[in-house]
Amino acid sequence: MNISGAEMIVESLKKEGVNIIFGYPGGAVIPIFDVLFAEPSIHVVLTRHEQGAVHAADGYARSTGRPGVVLVTSGPGATNTITGLATANFDSVPIVCLTGQVPKGMIGNDAFQEADTVGISRPVTKHNYLVTERKDIGRIMKEAFYLATTGRPGPVLIDFPKDIQIKKIDDKYPEKIQIRGYKPVSKGHSGQIKKAVKILKEAKRPLFYIGGGINIADAAGIFNNILEKTDIPVISSLMGIGAVPSDHPRYLGMLGMHGTFAANMAVSSSDLLFTIGARFDDRATGELKKFAQQAKIVHIDIDPAAIARNVTVDIPIVGDAKTVLEELYPLIKKPAIDSWIKQTVQWKNTHPLSTETEGNLLSPPLIVRKISEVFPDAIIATEVGQNQMWAALFYNFRKPRTLLTSGGLGTMGYGFPAAIGAQAGNRDKKVIDIAGDGSIQMNIQELATAVQEELPVIIAILNNGYLGMVRQWQELFFDRHYSSTCLMRRPSCPRDCNSPGDQCPPYVPDFIKLAKAYDAVGYRVTEEKDIEPVLKEAGKSKTRPVIIDFIVSREANVWPMVPAGAGNDEMMLGEGSLI
Amino acid sequence: MKHVLSLLVENHQGVLSRISGLFSGRGYNLESITAGVTTDPGITRITLVSSGNENVLEQIKKQLNKLIDVIKLIDLTEKPSVHREMALIKVHAAPKQRGEIFQVADVFRTRVMDVGMDSIMLEITGSCEKIDDFITIMQNYGITEIARSGLISMEKTKKIKGGR
Repeated sequence: MNISGAEMIVESLKKEGVNIIFGYPGGAVIPIFDVLFAEPSIHVVLTRHEQGAVHAADGYARSTGRPGVVLVTSGPGATNTITGLATANFDSVPIVCLTGQVPKGMIGNDAFQEADTVGISRPVTKHNYLVTERKDIGRIMKEAFYLATTGRPGPVLIDFPKDIQIKKIDDKYPEKIQIRGYKPVSKGHSGQIKKAVKILKEAKRPLFYIGGGINIADAAGIFNNILEKTDIPVISSLMGIGAVPSDHPRYLGMLGMHGTFAANMAVSSSDLLFTIGARFDDRATGELKKFAQQAKIVHIDIDPAAIARNVTVDIPIVGDAKTVLEELYPLIKKPAIDSWIKQTVQWKNTHPLSTETEGNLLSPPLIVRKISEVFPDAIIATEVGQNQMWAALFYNFRKPRTLLTSGGLGTMGYGFPAAIGAQAGNRDKKVIDIAGDGSIQMNIQELATAVQEELPVIIAILNNGYLGMVRQWQELFFDRHYSSTCLMRRPSCPRDCNSPGDQCPPYVPDFIKLAKAYDAVGYRVTEEKDIEPVLKEAGKSKTRPVIIDFIVSREANVWPMVPAGAGNDEMMLGEGSLI
Repeated sequence: MKHVLSLLVENHQGVLSRISGLFSGRGYNLESITAGVTTDPGITRITLVSSGNENVLEQIKKQLNKLIDVIKLIDLTEKPSVHREMALIKVHAAPKQRGEIFQVADVFRTRVMDVGMDSIMLEITGSCEKIDDFITIMQNYGITEIARSGLISMEKTKKIKGGR
């Protein structure tokens, strides 16, 4: 049957089981939107900005495990997706991004809304395509979904010239796939696995170090079995959070710049770091020369390029985390490491995380703790900065795919659209964006999307009137020069102001009024006693997004902190205290 | 240390920019890169010369292998192989110097491609070192223009003892 390119694209989406896409129309994709207009099985979420569309598809993908699909127009539509694609690429999130392009004959002529989309997106995607022949659409769509979701997942972009969307040929979606340059490894090398078992048996102070790969590979189940069987302490990277329940007795928390005392001490004292799906990011390792100096390193990762890039690895195992762990499980025995376990428990007990913070207003960690109590099974999205670290440290995560956060790229403005995508894919769950007052303004326009889609996302703004993480660095390392970080500042303020107080100008925007303007629900919380009741009230909303503006202490800091250049065991535990 | 990598890649548009973009984006050295189609019109062979310490080279190979369009990668550095480069060199040659230049050019087995009023164009083929040496000598006469092809390489066939 003769069908148009646009019909073929939508047919491909249906064959791949796509029932929701996030997009924004424009001249170069009208034919595709026209086919979608008559397609009842695919719901189109119209965002207010293409970056929001990609983050929403990302949040959908991370929370459901299914690929997120984006559809935007050429030129600015495509360039607006770049931050979203880079975010997804860094954190290995499966996304298929469809962009319109000017007609083939006009490419290169500086046509209206033309951009070299494959050129611009090449470094921030796993792979990308410019479709030059109508007959290739089916094959490329099939390859794109396969590439996005297999191996180390990632975003794949396809650029469709407008004439190709219109052209009709006799066509159907291919059944088979053949990419000769792409053979992702799944099973680990059995000799390497045996070596890993042996080294684990000999270790006196073994430590599991888990990363995002465990969540992506759906390996949390088998890992928890291994944990029960071996009783070996475990630390996590930011992206590994959720794989092990935060209150598990052997779980020591997140390591790194804002890691827990126990996790950072353990990694510095361990003699075997048994790493699964983490990539030794600099925020996790601190100064590399001082990282895990006493430890031999086992590293399981699906991406060979992630292995031995930052640290020297003794036993590399390339493979899928779940497949490798399933193979390891019957071979591993419980080691005799009682004194090591005792030591790690002691670190946990002597230096627990504290919700007490500097200042007299609300404590951000306390708010996150209350969110955790009121909504124990929520999906938590975060923005980037202090809010992200407080969410990671103080929410009691218990399941994989419940923390959506931009770990690698560190994209402010990620959390809210990601929460929209997650809520669209998980209508039965509570989805909360833990935000800063700076970050939330980077994609606040998506409030309209949430209202229109009737998604009851809760946005918990930890409002300190500052770009808090940068301000924290300025306080600690730049002589309190609060340069361009105060969000209240007016021309009348003293030039060198670093003493926020009652005399400060009013904050803009008024988030309550903003919520009203969008027909969302808005609350402001200034008293500790109101935190819980307002959260409960917000939880009752079934169809409208809720903003809660928590007025928190302006100079609250995230502790512990490993300063730049220090080793993980050289933490600052609070104001002026360095151990 | 210099490494010669031989790649078989999909003959798509944009493949070269994927590879050169990888090198610029990650700060790797790329000393030369050549590309040409193979007997299979769908496959291009790319020969590239890169340098760096062992860890960097290991990363380069892993990152190249990750590219979907790279079908096969061989590091020819450690393998018995033939490495050749070609250069066209235009040398300043006043009529009375020509004889002398021709003599040296003959030693290097170059070919004369063009003779002008006061310059000659020579074609030289061989190892990079040989071309470097020839260029050094020709600089005494004055080189006005130079075009080097970049290295192309191929692994030698294994020789079996007692075989034919």
